[in-house]
Amino acid sequence: MSKAPSGHTVSSPVDLLAIAYRIEADAVQRYTLLADQMEIHNNPELVKVFRDLARAEGIHAEEIRKQAGDIDLVARAERLGRWQKGESPEEVDLGSAHYLMTPWHALELALAGEKRALGFFTSITETAKDPKIKEMASEFVEEEAEHVNLVYRLMRKYSKPADTWAQDLDPPISQD
Amino acid sequence: MSSIQTRLACNPADYKSDIKPIWCPGCGDYHVLMSFTRAFAELGLLPEKTVVVSGIGCSSRIPAYTSCYGFHGVHGRSLALATGLKVTRPDLTVVVASGDGDGYSIGGNHFLHACRRNVDITYVVMDNRVYGMTKGQPSPTTEPDFDTALSPGGTGLSPFHPLVIALAAGANFVARAFSGSPNETASILVEAIRHPGFSFVEVLSPCVTFRPDEREWKNRVHPAPVAATNDPGKAARRIMTDDGFNIGILYRGNRLPYQAKAEPRTIDLAELEREFEL
Repeated sequence: MSKAPSGHTVSSPVDLLAIAYRIEADAVQRYTLLADQMEIHNNPELVKVFRDLARAEGIHAEEIRKQAGDIDLVARAERLGRWQKGESPEEVDLGSAHYLMTPWHALELALAGEKRALGFFTSITETAKDPKIKEMASEFVEEEAEHVNLVYRLMRKYSKPADTWAQDLDPPISQD
Repeated sequence: MSSIQTRLACNPADYKSDIKPIWCPGCGDYHVLMSFTRAFAELGLLPEKTVVVSGIGCSSRIPAYTSCYGFHGVHGRSLALATGLKVTRPDLTVVVASGDGDGYSIGGNHFLHACRRNVDITYVVMDNRVYGMTKGQPSPTTEPDFDTALSPGGTGLSPFHPLVIALAAGANFVARAFSGSPNETASILVEAIRHPGFSFVEVLSPCVTFRPDEREWKNRVHPAPVAATNDPGKAARRIMTDDGFNIGILYRGNRLPYQAKAEPRTIDLAELEREFEL
Protein backbone atom coordinates (compact mmCIF):
# COMPACT_ATOMS: atom_id res chain seq x y z
CA MET A 1 0.00 0.00 0.00
CA SER A 2 1.38 3.40 -0.89
CA LYS A 3 0.18 6.96 -0.79
CA ALA A 4 -0.15 8.70 -4.11
CA PRO A 5 0.76 12.40 -4.29
CA SER A 6 -2.99 13.07 -4.64
CA GLY A 7 -3.57 11.75 -1.13
CA HIS A 8 -5.22 8.61 -2.49
CA THR A 9 -4.12 5.29 -1.11
CA VAL A 10 -2.95 3.03 -3.91
CA SER A 11 -3.42 -0.41 -2.44
CA SER A 12 -3.48 -2.37 -5.68
CA PRO A 13 -2.78 -2.07 -9.40
CA VAL A 14 -6.54 -1.69 -9.91
CA ASP A 15 -6.51 1.39 -7.68
CA LEU A 16 -3.76 2.80 -9.84
CA LEU A 17 -5.75 2.05 -12.98
CA ALA A 18 -8.77 3.80 -11.43
CA ILE A 19 -6.65 6.85 -10.61
CA ALA A 20 -5.16 6.88 -14.12
CA TYR A 21 -8.65 6.57 -15.57
CA ARG A 22 -9.86 9.48 -13.46
CA ILE A 23 -6.92 11.65 -14.56
CA GLU A 24 -7.85 11.11 -18.20
CA ALA A 25 -11.59 11.52 -17.57
CA ASP A 26 -11.04 14.79 -15.68
CA ALA A 27 -8.85 16.05 -18.54
CA VAL A 28 -11.62 15.21 -21.02
CA GLN A 29 -14.03 17.25 -18.92
CA ARG A 30 -11.74 20.29 -18.81
CA TYR A 31 -10.85 20.25 -22.51
CA THR A 32 -14.51 19.87 -23.42
CA LEU A 33 -15.35 22.83 -21.20
CA LEU A 34 -12.64 24.90 -22.88
CA ALA A 35 -13.85 23.87 -26.34
CA ASP A 36 -17.38 24.90 -25.35
CA GLN A 37 -16.06 28.26 -24.11
CA MET A 38 -14.27 28.90 -27.37
CA GLU A 39 -17.34 27.86 -29.35
CA ILE A 40 -19.40 30.44 -27.45
CA HIS A 41 -16.68 33.02 -28.11
CA ASN A 42 -16.47 32.13 -31.80
CA ASN A 43 -12.88 30.93 -31.93
CA PRO A 44 -13.22 27.87 -34.23
CA GLU A 45 -9.49 27.22 -34.49
CA LEU A 46 -9.25 26.75 -30.73
CA VAL A 47 -12.47 24.76 -30.61
CA LYS A 48 -10.79 22.24 -32.88
CA VAL A 49 -7.60 22.10 -30.79
CA PHE A 50 -9.49 21.58 -27.52
CA ARG A 51 -11.89 19.03 -29.05
CA ASP A 52 -8.90 17.12 -30.44
CA LEU A 53 -7.22 17.16 -27.04
CA ALA A 54 -10.45 15.99 -25.37
CA ARG A 55 -10.76 13.21 -27.93
CA ALA A 56 -7.15 12.12 -27.34
CA GLU A 57 -7.66 12.02 -23.57
CA GLY A 58 -10.92 10.13 -24.09
CA ILE A 59 -9.07 7.50 -26.12
CA HIS A 60 -6.51 7.12 -23.33
CA ALA A 61 -9.31 6.79 -20.77
CA GLU A 62 -10.95 4.08 -22.89
CA GLU A 63 -7.66 2.20 -23.26
CA ILE A 64 -7.25 2.19 -19.48
CA ARG A 65 -10.81 1.01 -19.07
CA LYS A 66 -10.19 -1.87 -21.46
CA GLN A 67 -7.01 -2.76 -19.59
CA ALA A 68 -9.12 -3.17 -16.44
CA GLY A 69 -11.26 -5.85 -18.09
CA ASP A 70 -14.49 -6.50 -16.20
CA ILE A 71 -13.61 -4.21 -13.31
CA ASP A 72 -15.82 -1.15 -13.12
CA LEU A 73 -13.16 1.57 -13.06
CA VAL A 74 -15.70 4.39 -12.91
CA ALA A 75 -17.21 3.02 -9.70
CA ARG A 76 -13.75 2.26 -8.33
CA ALA A 77 -12.58 5.79 -9.05
CA GLU A 78 -15.69 7.18 -7.36
CA ARG A 79 -15.03 5.05 -4.29
CA LEU A 80 -11.52 6.42 -4.11
CA GLY A 81 -13.09 9.86 -3.85
CA ARG A 82 -12.10 13.24 -5.17
CA TRP A 83 -8.53 14.44 -5.32
CA GLN A 84 -7.77 15.17 -1.72
CA LYS A 85 -4.74 17.31 -2.41
CA GLY A 86 -5.48 19.93 -5.00
CA GLU A 87 -6.67 19.06 -8.47
CA SER A 88 -6.22 16.16 -10.83
CA PRO A 89 -2.61 16.31 -12.14
CA GLU A 90 -3.51 16.59 -15.81
CA GLU A 91 -6.35 19.08 -15.40
CA VAL A 92 -5.94 22.33 -17.25
CA ASP A 93 -6.13 25.54 -15.25
CA LEU A 94 -9.34 27.07 -16.58
CA GLY A 95 -8.26 30.38 -15.07
CA SER A 96 -5.47 30.56 -17.65
CA ALA A 97 -7.92 30.70 -20.54
CA HIS A 98 -8.19 33.97 -22.39
CA TYR A 99 -10.58 35.08 -25.09
CA LEU A 100 -7.65 36.02 -27.36
CA MET A 101 -5.58 32.92 -26.71
CA THR A 102 -4.15 31.01 -29.67
CA PRO A 103 -3.67 27.30 -30.41
CA TRP A 104 -0.10 27.71 -29.19
CA HIS A 105 -1.41 28.78 -25.78
CA ALA A 106 -3.86 25.88 -25.73
CA LEU A 107 -1.02 23.47 -26.35
CA GLU A 108 1.09 25.20 -23.72
CA LEU A 109 -1.71 24.51 -21.21
CA ALA A 110 -1.90 20.90 -22.40
CA LEU A 111 1.87 20.53 -22.06
CA ALA A 112 1.76 21.72 -18.46
CA GLY A 113 -0.93 19.13 -17.72
CA GLU A 114 0.97 16.30 -19.38
CA LYS A 115 4.12 17.24 -17.46
CA ARG A 116 2.18 17.20 -14.18
CA ALA A 117 0.79 13.76 -15.04
CA LEU A 118 4.30 12.57 -15.86
CA GLY A 119 5.53 13.86 -12.51
CA PHE A 120 2.60 12.21 -10.75
CA PHE A 121 3.28 8.72 -12.10
CA THR A 122 7.02 9.17 -11.69
CA SER A 123 6.53 9.86 -8.00
CA ILE A 124 4.48 6.67 -7.69
CA THR A 125 7.27 4.64 -9.27
CA GLU A 126 9.63 6.16 -6.72
CA THR A 127 7.44 5.52 -3.67
CA ALA A 128 5.45 2.35 -4.43
CA LYS A 129 6.57 -0.76 -2.57
CA ASP A 130 4.38 -3.25 -4.41
CA PRO A 131 6.36 -4.33 -7.53
CA LYS A 132 3.13 -4.68 -9.56
CA ILE A 133 2.12 -1.10 -8.78
CA LYS A 134 5.64 0.06 -9.55
CA GLU A 135 5.63 -1.75 -12.88
CA MET A 136 2.25 -0.37 -13.90
CA ALA A 137 3.25 3.15 -12.84
CA SER A 138 6.39 2.82 -15.00
CA GLU A 139 4.20 1.99 -17.99
CA PHE A 140 2.15 5.12 -17.32
CA VAL A 141 5.35 7.13 -17.06
CA GLU A 142 6.35 5.93 -20.52
CA GLU A 143 2.93 6.81 -21.92
CA GLU A 144 2.90 10.27 -20.35
CA ALA A 145 6.42 10.92 -21.63
CA GLU A 146 5.12 10.08 -25.10
CA HIS A 147 2.24 12.51 -24.62
CA VAL A 148 4.67 15.25 -23.57
CA ASN A 149 6.69 14.66 -26.75
CA LEU A 150 3.54 14.64 -28.85
CA VAL A 151 2.46 18.05 -27.50
CA TYR A 152 5.96 19.42 -28.19
CA ARG A 153 5.67 18.18 -31.77
CA LEU A 154 2.23 19.76 -32.16
CA MET A 155 3.55 23.05 -30.79
CA ARG A 156 6.09 23.18 -33.60
CA LYS A 157 3.17 23.62 -36.01
CA TYR A 158 2.45 27.00 -34.50
CA SER A 159 4.87 29.85 -34.00
CA LYS A 160 4.99 31.41 -30.56
CA PRO A 161 2.68 34.45 -30.55
CA ALA A 162 4.13 37.90 -30.03
CA ASP A 163 4.06 39.33 -26.50
CA THR A 164 1.22 41.61 -27.56
CA TRP A 165 -1.13 38.69 -28.27
CA ALA A 166 -3.51 39.76 -25.48
CA GLN A 167 -3.73 43.32 -26.68
CA ASP A 168 -7.30 44.08 -27.72
CA LEU A 169 -7.75 47.16 -29.90
CA ASP A 170 -11.46 47.02 -29.19
CA PRO A 171 -11.57 46.03 -25.51
CA PRO A 172 -14.81 45.18 -23.67
CA ILE A 173 -14.80 48.69 -22.19
CA SER A 174 -12.43 51.63 -22.20
CA GLN A 175 -10.99 51.81 -18.69
CA ASP A 176 -8.55 54.67 -19.28
CA MET B 1 -28.69 19.45 7.22
CA SER B 2 -31.10 16.83 8.48
CA SER B 3 -33.55 17.13 5.59
CA ILE B 4 -31.07 16.24 2.83
CA GLN B 5 -32.38 13.51 0.56
CA THR B 6 -29.68 11.54 -1.17
CA ARG B 7 -28.95 8.72 -3.56
CA LEU B 8 -25.91 6.59 -4.21
CA ALA B 9 -23.35 6.60 -7.05
CA CYS B 10 -23.59 10.11 -8.45
CA ASN B 11 -21.44 11.70 -11.06
CA PRO B 12 -20.83 15.48 -11.18
CA ALA B 13 -21.89 15.42 -14.85
CA ASP B 14 -25.37 14.34 -13.70
CA TYR B 15 -25.86 17.82 -12.22
CA LYS B 16 -24.65 19.76 -15.23
CA SER B 17 -27.21 20.94 -17.76
CA ASP B 18 -26.66 20.90 -21.52
CA ILE B 19 -26.55 24.70 -21.69
CA LYS B 20 -23.06 26.01 -22.43
CA PRO B 21 -21.97 28.78 -20.04
CA ILE B 22 -21.37 32.15 -21.65
CA TRP B 23 -18.90 33.47 -19.09
CA CYS B 24 -15.63 34.94 -20.38
CA PRO B 25 -12.80 32.41 -20.87
CA GLY B 26 -10.76 32.35 -17.67
CA CYS B 27 -13.68 33.44 -15.46
CA GLY B 28 -13.59 31.94 -11.98
CA ASP B 29 -17.28 31.11 -12.17
CA TYR B 30 -16.54 28.09 -14.42
CA HIS B 31 -14.68 26.57 -11.52
CA VAL B 32 -17.45 27.44 -9.09
CA LEU B 33 -19.95 25.64 -11.33
CA MET B 34 -17.62 22.65 -11.29
CA SER B 35 -17.50 22.83 -7.48
CA PHE B 36 -21.30 22.93 -7.29
CA THR B 37 -21.67 19.77 -9.39
CA ARG B 38 -18.88 17.97 -7.53
CA ALA B 39 -20.37 18.88 -4.15
CA PHE B 40 -23.85 17.80 -5.22
CA ALA B 41 -22.45 14.50 -6.49
CA GLU B 42 -20.53 13.90 -3.30
CA LEU B 43 -23.64 14.54 -1.24
CA GLY B 44 -25.67 12.42 -3.65
CA LEU B 45 -28.40 15.06 -3.79
CA LEU B 46 -31.58 14.17 -5.62
CA PRO B 47 -31.89 16.69 -8.47
CA GLU B 48 -35.65 16.82 -8.00
CA LYS B 49 -35.15 17.74 -4.34
CA THR B 50 -32.46 20.34 -4.91
CA VAL B 51 -32.94 23.97 -5.92
CA VAL B 52 -30.35 26.52 -6.97
CA VAL B 53 -31.70 30.04 -6.57
CA SER B 54 -30.00 33.18 -7.86
CA GLY B 55 -30.46 36.87 -8.50
CA ILE B 56 -28.87 38.79 -11.37
CA GLY B 57 -25.29 38.99 -12.55
CA CYS B 58 -22.64 36.75 -14.09
CA SER B 59 -22.61 34.43 -11.07
CA SER B 60 -26.39 34.23 -11.03
CA ARG B 61 -26.42 32.34 -14.31
CA ILE B 62 -25.56 29.15 -12.44
CA PRO B 63 -29.14 27.79 -12.16
CA ALA B 64 -29.26 27.51 -15.96
CA TYR B 65 -26.10 25.46 -15.99
CA THR B 66 -27.17 22.96 -13.33
CA SER B 67 -29.69 20.21 -13.97
CA CYS B 68 -31.59 20.36 -10.69
CA TYR B 69 -34.40 22.84 -10.09
CA GLY B 70 -33.43 26.46 -10.48
CA PHE B 71 -34.88 29.90 -9.95
CA HIS B 72 -33.17 32.84 -11.67
CA GLY B 73 -34.80 35.59 -9.66
CA VAL B 74 -34.88 39.34 -9.35
CA HIS B 75 -31.72 41.39 -8.71
CA GLY B 76 -30.66 41.10 -5.06
CA ARG B 77 -33.73 39.11 -4.02
CA SER B 78 -32.38 35.58 -4.23
CA LEU B 79 -32.27 35.17 -0.45
CA ALA B 80 -35.88 36.27 -0.07
CA LEU B 81 -36.93 33.69 -2.65
CA ALA B 82 -34.78 30.98 -1.11
CA THR B 83 -36.02 31.71 2.41
CA GLY B 84 -39.64 31.45 1.33
CA LEU B 85 -38.92 28.27 -0.56
CA LYS B 86 -37.09 26.56 2.30
CA VAL B 87 -39.66 27.54 4.91
CA THR B 88 -42.54 26.17 2.83
CA ARG B 89 -40.61 23.17 1.52
CA PRO B 90 -38.14 22.12 4.24
CA ASP B 91 -37.63 18.83 2.40
CA LEU B 92 -35.67 20.62 -0.33
CA THR B 93 -31.96 21.38 -0.31
CA VAL B 94 -31.71 25.06 -1.19
CA VAL B 95 -28.46 26.58 -2.43
CA VAL B 96 -28.29 30.26 -3.35
CA ALA B 97 -25.78 31.68 -5.83
CA SER B 98 -24.95 35.35 -5.91
CA GLY B 99 -22.23 37.87 -6.58
CA ASP B 100 -20.78 40.79 -4.64
CA GLY B 101 -23.00 43.33 -6.40
CA ASP B 102 -26.18 41.30 -6.28
CA GLY B 103 -25.56 39.98 -2.78
CA TYR B 104 -23.93 42.81 -0.87
CA SER B 105 -25.31 45.93 -2.53
CA ILE B 106 -28.70 45.40 -4.11
CA GLY B 107 -29.42 42.44 -1.83
CA GLY B 108 -27.46 43.72 1.17
CA ASN B 109 -30.43 44.02 3.47
CA HIS B 110 -31.66 40.52 2.62
CA PHE B 111 -28.17 39.26 3.43
CA LEU B 112 -28.32 40.68 6.97
CA HIS B 113 -31.72 39.27 7.72
CA ALA B 114 -31.06 35.90 6.13
CA CYS B 115 -28.08 35.54 8.51
CA ARG B 116 -30.30 36.64 11.43
CA ARG B 117 -33.14 34.26 10.53
CA ASN B 118 -30.77 31.32 10.19
CA VAL B 119 -32.97 29.36 7.80
CA ASP B 120 -31.33 26.14 6.68
CA ILE B 121 -29.95 27.31 3.31
CA THR B 122 -26.48 27.68 1.81
CA TYR B 123 -25.50 31.05 0.39
CA VAL B 124 -22.58 31.11 -2.05
CA VAL B 125 -21.32 34.52 -3.10
CA MET B 126 -18.85 34.64 -5.98
CA ASP B 127 -16.90 37.76 -5.12
CA ASN B 128 -14.88 39.36 -7.93
CA ARG B 129 -15.00 42.87 -6.48
CA VAL B 130 -16.64 44.33 -9.57
CA TYR B 131 -19.95 44.46 -11.43
CA GLY B 132 -18.85 42.32 -14.35
CA MET B 133 -22.09 41.91 -16.26
CA THR B 134 -22.64 45.67 -16.49
CA LYS B 135 -19.04 46.26 -17.58
CA GLY B 136 -16.89 47.03 -14.61
CA GLN B 137 -18.46 49.37 -12.08
CA PRO B 138 -17.12 49.21 -8.50
CA SER B 139 -19.04 46.94 -6.15
CA PRO B 140 -19.25 47.05 -2.32
CA THR B 141 -16.09 44.93 -2.04
CA THR B 142 -14.02 46.92 -4.56
CA GLU B 143 -10.84 48.47 -3.24
CA PRO B 144 -11.06 52.28 -2.66
CA ASP B 145 -8.33 53.01 -5.23
CA PHE B 146 -9.82 51.04 -8.14
CA ASP B 147 -9.19 53.75 -10.70
CA THR B 148 -11.06 53.41 -13.99
CA ALA B 149 -13.01 55.59 -16.41
CA LEU B 150 -16.12 54.52 -14.51
CA SER B 151 -14.66 55.41 -11.10
CA PRO B 152 -11.99 58.10 -11.71
CA GLY B 153 -9.50 58.12 -8.86
CA GLY B 154 -11.33 55.22 -7.22
CA THR B 155 -14.34 55.39 -4.97
CA GLY B 156 -12.33 56.23 -1.85
CA LEU B 157 -14.74 54.03 0.08
CA SER B 158 -13.76 51.26 2.48
CA PRO B 159 -14.80 47.86 1.16
CA PHE B 160 -17.66 45.95 2.74
CA HIS B 161 -16.43 43.04 4.91
CA PRO B 162 -18.97 40.31 4.19
CA LEU B 163 -17.62 37.57 6.44
CA VAL B 164 -17.57 39.70 9.56
CA ILE B 165 -20.97 41.12 8.75
CA ALA B 166 -22.33 37.60 8.29
CA LEU B 167 -20.95 36.63 11.69
CA ALA B 168 -22.32 39.71 13.40
CA ALA B 169 -25.72 39.17 11.81
CA GLY B 170 -25.90 35.54 12.97
CA ALA B 171 -24.80 33.25 10.14
CA ASN B 172 -24.23 29.74 11.46
CA PHE B 173 -21.38 28.75 9.15
CA VAL B 174 -18.85 31.06 7.53
CA ALA B 175 -16.18 30.06 5.04
CA ARG B 176 -13.98 31.53 2.35
CA ALA B 177 -13.03 29.58 -0.77
CA PHE B 178 -11.08 30.23 -3.96
CA SER B 179 -12.56 29.35 -7.33
CA GLY B 180 -9.19 28.19 -8.69
CA SER B 181 -9.26 25.22 -6.30
CA PRO B 182 -12.55 23.57 -7.32
CA ASN B 183 -12.02 20.40 -5.28
CA GLU B 184 -11.31 22.35 -2.12
CA THR B 185 -14.28 24.61 -2.82
CA ALA B 186 -16.45 21.53 -3.38
CA SER B 187 -15.36 20.18 0.03
CA ILE B 188 -16.30 23.46 1.68
CA LEU B 189 -19.67 23.46 -0.10
CA VAL B 190 -20.32 19.91 1.10
CA GLU B 191 -19.71 21.01 4.69
CA ALA B 192 -21.76 24.17 4.22
CA ILE B 193 -24.76 22.27 2.85
CA ARG B 194 -24.53 19.67 5.62
CA HIS B 195 -24.28 22.26 8.37
CA PRO B 196 -27.68 23.18 9.85
CA GLY B 197 -28.83 26.77 9.52
CA PHE B 198 -27.64 29.60 7.31
CA SER B 199 -24.28 28.75 5.77
CA PHE B 200 -22.36 31.51 4.06
CA VAL B 201 -19.50 30.74 1.67
CA GLU B 202 -17.65 33.56 0.01
CA VAL B 203 -15.79 32.33 -3.08
CA LEU B 204 -13.05 34.56 -4.41
CA SER B 205 -13.77 34.24 -8.12
CA PRO B 206 -11.62 36.39 -10.42
CA CYS B 207 -13.18 38.55 -13.14
CA VAL B 208 -10.47 38.24 -15.77
CA THR B 209 -12.07 40.81 -18.07
CA PHE B 210 -12.60 43.82 -15.81
CA ARG B 211 -10.17 42.85 -13.05
CA PRO B 212 -7.28 41.12 -14.86
CA ASP B 213 -5.17 41.82 -11.77
CA GLU B 214 -7.25 39.15 -10.00
CA ARG B 215 -5.50 36.44 -12.04
CA GLU B 216 -2.82 36.87 -9.36
CA TRP B 217 -5.16 35.68 -6.62
CA LYS B 218 -4.01 32.11 -7.23
CA ASN B 219 -0.62 33.18 -5.86
CA ARG B 220 -2.09 34.99 -2.87
CA VAL B 221 -4.56 32.48 -1.44
CA HIS B 222 -3.43 30.19 1.36
CA PRO B 223 -5.08 27.79 3.80
CA ALA B 224 -6.47 29.33 6.99
CA PRO B 225 -3.78 28.71 9.59
CA VAL B 226 -6.21 27.68 12.35
CA ALA B 227 -9.18 25.36 12.44
CA ALA B 228 -12.75 26.64 12.45
CA THR B 229 -14.07 27.90 15.76
CA ASN B 230 -17.58 27.93 17.18
CA ASP B 231 -16.87 31.20 19.01
CA PRO B 232 -18.16 34.06 16.85
CA GLY B 233 -16.03 36.62 18.72
CA LYS B 234 -12.87 34.69 18.08
CA ALA B 235 -13.86 34.09 14.45
CA ALA B 236 -14.61 37.78 13.95
CA ARG B 237 -11.21 38.81 15.33
CA ARG B 238 -9.45 36.31 13.07
CA ILE B 239 -11.34 37.41 9.99
CA MET B 240 -10.89 41.11 10.73
CA THR B 241 -7.15 40.69 11.04
CA ASP B 242 -6.46 38.24 8.23
CA ASP B 243 -5.26 39.30 4.77
CA GLY B 244 -8.52 38.42 3.03
CA PHE B 245 -6.99 35.38 1.37
CA ASN B 246 -7.32 32.79 4.16
CA ILE B 247 -9.14 29.85 2.63
CA GLY B 248 -11.19 27.37 4.61
CA ILE B 249 -14.03 27.03 7.06
CA LEU B 250 -13.68 29.87 9.54
CA TYR B 251 -16.73 29.49 11.77
CA ARG B 252 -19.15 26.68 12.62
CA GLY B 253 -21.89 27.86 14.92
CA ASN B 254 -24.40 25.81 16.83
CA ARG B 255 -27.52 27.97 16.69
CA LEU B 256 -30.66 26.05 15.94
CA PRO B 257 -31.97 26.82 12.47
CA TYR B 258 -35.29 28.58 12.04
CA GLN B 259 -38.21 26.18 11.84
CA ALA B 260 -41.68 27.16 10.71
CA LYS B 261 -43.93 26.70 13.73
CA ALA B 262 -47.01 25.49 11.94
CA GLU B 263 -47.77 23.54 8.83
CA PRO B 264 -48.41 25.84 5.85
CA ARG B 265 -52.08 26.72 5.65
CA THR B 266 -53.79 25.23 2.63
CA ILE B 267 -56.45 27.44 1.17
CA ASP B 268 -59.11 26.52 -1.26
CA LEU B 269 -58.71 28.58 -4.47
CA ALA B 270 -62.33 29.68 -4.42
CA GLU B 271 -61.90 30.86 -0.81
CA LEU B 272 -58.81 32.85 -1.83
CA GLU B 273 -60.67 34.47 -4.69
CA ARG B 274 -63.45 35.48 -2.31
CA GLU B 275 -60.89 37.21 -0.06
CA PHE B 276 -59.82 39.38 -2.97
CA GLU B 277 -63.28 40.18 -4.22
CA LEU B 278 -63.96 43.91 -4.46
